[in-house]
Parts: sequence; C-alpha cells; structure tokens
Amino acid sequence: MSGARHLYVHVPFCSQRCDYCDFVSLAGQRDHHSRYARALLAELELERDLLAPKLETVYLGGGTPTFLEPEALRTLLEGLPGASELTVEANPETVTPALAAALVEAGVNRVSLGAQSFQPRLLELLGRHAGPDDVRRAIETLRDAGSDNISLDLLYGIPGQRRADLDADLDEALALAPEHLSCYELEAKPGTRFARAHGAELAEQADALEDHLERIIERLTASGYRWYETANFARIEPGRDLRSVHNLGYWRAHDYLGIGMGAVSTLAGLRWKNVPSMVRYLEALEREETPPREIEALDEATKLRERLMLGLRLDEPVALAGVEAVLDRAGLVRFSELGLVESRGESITLSRRGRMLGGAVSAELLLWSGDSLAA
Amino acid sequence: MDLSHIRNFSIIAHIDHGKSTLADRILELTHAISMRDMREQVLDSMDLERERGITIKAQAVRVSWKGHELNLIDTPGHVDFTYEVSRSLQACEGALLVVDAAQGIEAQTLANAYLAIENNLEIVPVVNKIDLPQADPEGTALEVATLVGGAPEHVLAISAKSGVGVEAVLEAVIERIPPPSGDPSASARALVFDSSYDQYRGVVAFVRMVDGSFSRRQALKAMALGTEFEPEELGFFSPGMTPVEKLTAGEVGYIVTGLKDVARVRVGDTITTVAEPAAEPLAGYKEVKPMVFAGLFPTDSDAYPELREALEKLKLNDAALLYEPETSKALGFGFRCGFLGLLHMEIVRERLEREFDLDLLVTAPNVAYRVKTNAGTEIEVHNPAEMPPDLDEVSEPYIKATVIVPKEFVGSVMELCNERRGRFDHMEYLSEQRVMLIYELPLGEIVLDFYDQLKSRTRGYASFDYDLSGFREGDLVRIDILVGGESVDALSLILHRDRAYDTGRQLVEKLREEIPRQFFDVPIQAAIGARVIARETVKAKRKDVLAKCYGGDISRKRKLLEKQKKGKKRMKRVGSVEVPQEAFLAVLKLDGGSGGKK
Repeated sequence: MSGARHLYVHVPFCSQRCDYCDFVSLAGQRDHHSRYARALLAELELERDLLAPKLETVYLGGGTPTFLEPEALRTLLEGLPGASELTVEANPETVTPALAAALVEAGVNRVSLGAQSFQPRLLELLGRHAGPDDVRRAIETLRDAGSDNISLDLLYGIPGQRRADLDADLDEALALAPEHLSCYELEAKPGTRFARAHGAELAEQADALEDHLERIIERLTASGYRWYETANFARIEPGRDLRSVHNLGYWRAHDYLGIGMGAVSTLAGLRWKNVPSMVRYLEALEREETPPREIEALDEATKLRERLMLGLRLDEPVALAGVEAVLDRAGLVRFSELGLVESRGESITLSRRGRMLGGAVSAELLLWSGDSLAA
Repeated sequence: MDLSHIRNFSIIAHIDHGKSTLADRILELTHAISMRDMREQVLDSMDLERERGITIKAQAVRVSWKGHELNLIDTPGHVDFTYEVSRSLQACEGALLVVDAAQGIEAQTLANAYLAIENNLEIVPVVNKIDLPQADPEGTALEVATLVGGAPEHVLAISAKSGVGVEAVLEAVIERIPPPSGDPSASARALVFDSSYDQYRGVVAFVRMVDGSFSRRQALKAMALGTEFEPEELGFFSPGMTPVEKLTAGEVGYIVTGLKDVARVRVGDTITTVAEPAAEPLAGYKEVKPMVFAGLFPTDSDAYPELREALEKLKLNDAALLYEPETSKALGFGFRCGFLGLLHMEIVRERLEREFDLDLLVTAPNVAYRVKTNAGTEIEVHNPAEMPPDLDEVSEPYIKATVIVPKEFVGSVMELCNERRGRFDHMEYLSEQRVMLIYELPLGEIVLDFYDQLKSRTRGYASFDYDLSGFREGDLVRIDILVGGESVDALSLILHRDRAYDTGRQLVEKLREEIPRQFFDVPIQAAIGARVIARETVKAKRKDVLAKCYGGDISRKRKLLEKQKKGKKRMKRVGSVEVPQEAFLAVLKLDGGSGGKK
C-alpha cells in the first residue's frame, strides 16, 4: 500500500458559532488551542504510516484555523508534512498582516476565505462578524504578503436574498479577482435554530434558488471561470490549474487521512470518523492513543457508487470501466435521451443541465442494493 | 327449555348511546361473566372494533335470569350495517331501543326503530345515561314514546354505566317480549343469521332454531345449495363457546360445520336435517348489493398475492364485501372492491393493513352506475374507467337521507344538501329544539366527504343515516385525467355535468401540487371525451444538487442519494412520469370534497 497523498487537518475553533453552520466547531476555548495543536501532531505521529512519503496536499479546515492562537498555529504548521498544495481556511476578520506573513512563511500557498456575502444585512442575519470591508481588506493583506491563490466562499439562498443581492455579491467577488470561488446553497439542517427561525422563508424561496444557481453559473463562466465541480469554480489561467487539488482528491475518490476531532478519513476500504468531542479527543492523544472512532467498512459496491457519485460532480468524464456493476443502464439511456448525460461509450459526463440536476441524476444512475440488477 | 321460558332480543341504539355498556351490565348481572374477567364491552371481539367503539359482527350470548333463557343478539350500530342489523333482528322477538338521555333521538335511533317495527318486534324503549349532568330523561322519554307509540311512563330510565335500572330492563324483557313461536315437534329448521370462519374449525354458523331441534352427530343440510355436513359441535355463547348436545326450537346458538368453504352455507339460508328434511325453507334475506366501490392496490406491486389472500380471508367473515380483480395501467394489479358504505370501506382497509400487514393504496370511492348503451343493453359499472363511451342513459343510486339537527343548523344542512343535488322531502320537529330533515340525495354526492361536511357545518351536532331509495337517471359525464398526455385510469371520475368544469379545474390544480417536478415539463389535463376542459403544467425541475460534498460528507450524501432513489421506487409510473401514490387520492383533497362550492 502506497499510503494516502492527501491530509486533512480539522481545527474546530471559531470566535463564535454561526447559526447556520453544521461543521464540528467550538466557539472560543482559547485555553485549549495549544493542547489541541499538540494533539493533532500526536495523532499525525500515530498515523504517519498511513501517509505516502510525499504528500500532494495538506488542507487546514475548520472551524477557523486562523482563529488559533498564533503560537499554536505556528507549532501546527511547523509540525505538518510538506505538500505541493497547502491550503488554510480563514475568516476575513482574522487576517492581519502578521497572520498573512506567517502563513506565507510557513509555506501556505492557498487560502480559502469565507466571504459568504457582501450585503451587511445578510451577513448579520447569518451571524457573521466580518463585514464586506473586512473581506476586501483581507484579500489585500493576503495579496500584499504574496498570496497568489485565494478562494472565496459565497452563499446563495440566504433568507431574504434577492436576485439583486446575488448579482451584487457576484460583482463584488469578481472585482476581487479570486483564483477560485465556491458557491454553496445555504442548507438549513432540520432542527437547528437557524432552520426554526428561517425555515418558512427558505421553503418559500426554494424556487428562486433555481434562478440563483443558473445565474451564478452563467455569470462566472462568462467571466473566465471554469465550473469544474457542482459548487466550485476556478479561474482559467494559462499555465496554471487553479482547481483545488485537495478537493479534487475527494471527488476522484482518492484515499485521504483526516486528523482532529470529528475528522473523517477514507483509507484502504475503511472510513472512520474521530470522536467529535474535544475532551475525549485531547485525553486520548495525551495518552498517545488513537482517539475513539466510528468505523465504516466500504464494500466494493459502495466504493464504486461513491466513485460514480463523486465523479459526476466534476466537469471531466467519468470512466465507466469498473463501475458497470453499480450503473443503472436503463437510467443511463433515459438520461441520454433527455440530454442530461453525455455518453461517449467508455465514459460519461453530465451535461450542463444534467449537472444542475446532478443530485437526482446521480441518485437514479446508481444501482443500489435492492435495485433490480436486470435493469 | 320450553319455548315460554325463552326470550330472544337485541339492543339497538345510535352510536355511543350505550348499547355495549348495557350489554356488559346484563352479562354481569346474570353472572355470565365475572367482574374479574370482564373487559369492557366483551361482545366486541375485534381490536379494531374496540378501538373505534363500534361493533361489526353480530354475535349472540345466552344468559339465565330467573328461570328464563335470554339470548342477547348483538347488532352493529352504524348506518353501513343496516343490513346486518336487520339480519340480527330477524332472529329476535324483541329489541331494547336505547337512547342517550342527553342526546335524545338521533338518526340511527330512527333507522333502527323502523327496522325493528318492520320486523314486528316488540320494542322496549330505554333512556340511558340518566345520571349525566346534562341529561333530560323526561324530555327524551317523551320523544321516544312518541316515536314508538305508548306512554312515556313505559320508557325505562337507566344508567348502564352505574347499573341503575338494569334489573328492570331484564324484567321488561321477560314481561314484554313474547316468547318465540315455533313448533318443537316439526321438521327442524334453523335460520342462519350470521357466520364466522375459524381457520381450524371451518365455518361456524350462528343460527336461530325456529322449528324442531338438532342433535350432535345428526347429518344436517343447508337448503339453498343442498350442502350436507355433519356438525362437529353445537353450542351457544355464554359468552365463551359452550357446547351442548342439542339445540331446540326457539333457541339461539352456533353450529361448527367443519366446512372449509364459507360460500356453501350462506347467511340467510335455512338448515334442516338430512334424515327428516323440512319441506320449505324459512324466508331468507334479500342479498345486499354493495353500492360504494373503490380500487385497492398494494403500494408494492409484489404484494398482490398477499392482498388476494387477505381479501379471501376477510370475505369469510364479511359476507357483504365484494371484490373482483382490477388492472390499472397506472396502479398495476389490484382489486375493485364493493362496500356497503364508507365506514365499511374504511374498516376493510384498516383490517387489511392491520391484520394482514398490507400497505395499500385505496382510490377515491365511487358508486355503482347503471348504464344503458346505444345498443340497448343495460350494464352495471363499478369503475369510472370502465364507463362505456357509447352510453345512452346513466342512472345512479339515490338515498333517502335522514338528518337530525338542533334547529339553528337547519339552514346549513339545507345549503349542504342543495349543493349536493339534494331534493327536499320534508321536515319535522322532534322537539322544540331538534329537527328532522328528510332529503333525497344521489349516493355519489355523499361518498366522498358529505359526512365530514355535515359534521363541520353543524359543529358536530348533526346525526345522519340513509336508506337506498333506488336508481335514477342523471346528466352524468366522465372526466378523464391525462398526465403527460396519457390517460390515468385510476383518476377518472363520474360527475354531474354542472359540476364537471369546476371539479376538473380543481383536480388538475391539485395534481399540479401533488406531482413533483420531473426532468421535463408535464402537462396535466382534464377532459370530457376528446375535449380538454382544464390544463396545468408541472414545470421541469431545473436544480437538484447536493450543495457541497467534501471528505466528511461523503457517507451522508451517499445515503441521501440512496434514499432519494428509494423514494422514487414508491412512485407509480404513468408513461415516463413518476406520480406519487398520494396523488391518486387528489380528488379526496379538493376543497369541498366532490367540488362543492365553499
């Protein structure tokens, strides 16, 4: 076994919890930062054998990794293995000149910035601290420090977000010329405070979201971005591939190791999730034990289904060789007739419309256990 | 026992007026059952009945009281089961008519009282629940006395719940109800008034011995079909099965026939002996014809054989249930079932789902239509989709409806009946406060939601009962629904022409809401013949994405997709359109049901 070439590092700390967020995150807990950084490195040490000698990507996600105390962040960055792509997620308000310099110095060559929106009233509704000016200033600061690969996150489907708001957000984002853009539909998980507060409004504007997604794709592709994954766009630049190599790893169903509380790994047919409890995570690693984990064994068919499901999110063809066993042939014919799937014999790609319907299309293209195999 | 010491009687009442409680008290008082063993309402043996507080199957219990043998024959209390009530009454000489002292006479009180009178029964009027704070025993006694004739003092006042006055009821049974007349020495004749099926013992016939007697190991014969059998057991209920050597004239009991085919001993048939057969059978019953029909389809088409088997078993205990195979293009294989009424339909559906663990789709109910075709033949149509195009004349069943309401709701009831093509017959004040309205209505106008509407427009005060009054010609049309250009047989319906446009429009609107958006535009049309009268479009869906999917999301997203596809498998295909099963019930969800104006 050659080992995983992708490493994900989860940093759950945030200055505060955003109402809509469903990631494993913890507000505050500054006193835990250094302990946590050491625990991450301890877990890495325990699992080092699972990694390839040379990594393609390391990704620090959160939470807000840049909310870490500077000392803890430095310890962590110094202790992580090198990789050709090293991404750190940041919230605009955390980006100071000192932080930007420290990141560049530590070899961080990609920064993913959570802008979400440029409309103060929508940011307030989301419970975000940073205002539109913070985003602009953060990018300026990062550019000044030498960052040349910046990604911006935008949200659409925020309660009360009108077409004009979305257009303004796209204008603002494009004006900042980020190398990469992620555009996510706001998902209100049932049962959350956010869903309770805004559920009715979200349901009402569900139809408008179709227009929003169309609009985003239209405008970004017209502005020189490649819609390379369902929710992701990379600036087209001669000589540089600005897609997120780390995330491409997920969508191409590569193995990856994830460390940190609540982090997920997929390696050699197993998927495991670390315990999502700070205390239990810290205590285990301070005893130099692997943290408690939930383990899921991925059988062959499941692996193939995931390969197809993830691959169809991309604009590149998915090879059919090997996945026939989980492919619904009748569905394939039907979707080809409907112009949702382009089939080239050896491989398939979703058409533009097919990608906008990617969830439903891939659900039906996949054969699940219990589906008739005769189809 | 000699005839003069036997009394056979029923208890008849409007629902919830206390029939079962009184039966319980009688059993208790006569020590047929100990307090400890007593479950409330022991005569209702099926769980479902106990839950709904209604009785479906008639049963007979024998008790002893002061040297007399009393046979209490239980009757179902709901409008749909008039026919079963009438069967039970034919086995009796008298009936206790129980009326709630707080409610007064209700529609089923009347219907049951008339049935008893038609059957020449001695009616013993009883006012129940006299201990309720809002009870009006004197007023109610007066109402009841007016109804059945006789003096108000003759009406017994009781509380079945506390037991007050129940002994007097038993005294009245002995004093007022005549003993059975019959000839103990004539050739044996017994009327089968009900039957039940036991998977180990076969058909159990409930009989009323009219003449002569049966002994065990005496070969018997059901006269209608000439079915001969040797009974495995004779007995009576007390309330458990109690075997006896002999059943004699005037008695009520059961015969375990050992027959495995319920059709060979019909309810209403006469049983006699093989050795000394009676010359003439007793007057039987006229067979009831189901008037309400609906398609029953398994939601999972693989369950069709289970559904067939379940219906076969149910039919053994429910003679009124009718079923014939039906194939729907949209819903696949199922059965078109005939019911006595809506409650009957509801009970059959619940029993199928509960006792047989089936998941069913029941189409909107319709009535039976009599159709004269251009060719001059007359046929009965039970399924709107089978209505022939070359029809000359269509008749639909009509009912005579009795509605009893407090006088302030008379206007609302009249309005409702007028909306449903009702013809006012007459109106009568039962008391200063309460009014009885008689309407003639097409049965087709009440099968969907008439009862719900009646209840909601009278704040629950109205009581309702009906009798079929015959078929009458109507200006009826068939509306077909086309989804994606394909006609959906399970959605066709027959309506009065005046209502067709309105209902057609509402129906396509409702379907537009019920049918999820597909990968392409789906037109939904309502048509009369080739003429489209309403149209809507379910616009193609443009977006269905899983917003984000990174390392930590993969398992969850995979499961979401699996669930999404499984959800689709529950849908039915019409052409290439996936239609959720609920959409086939759209007609039940229209405002005002069958299209009544708001």
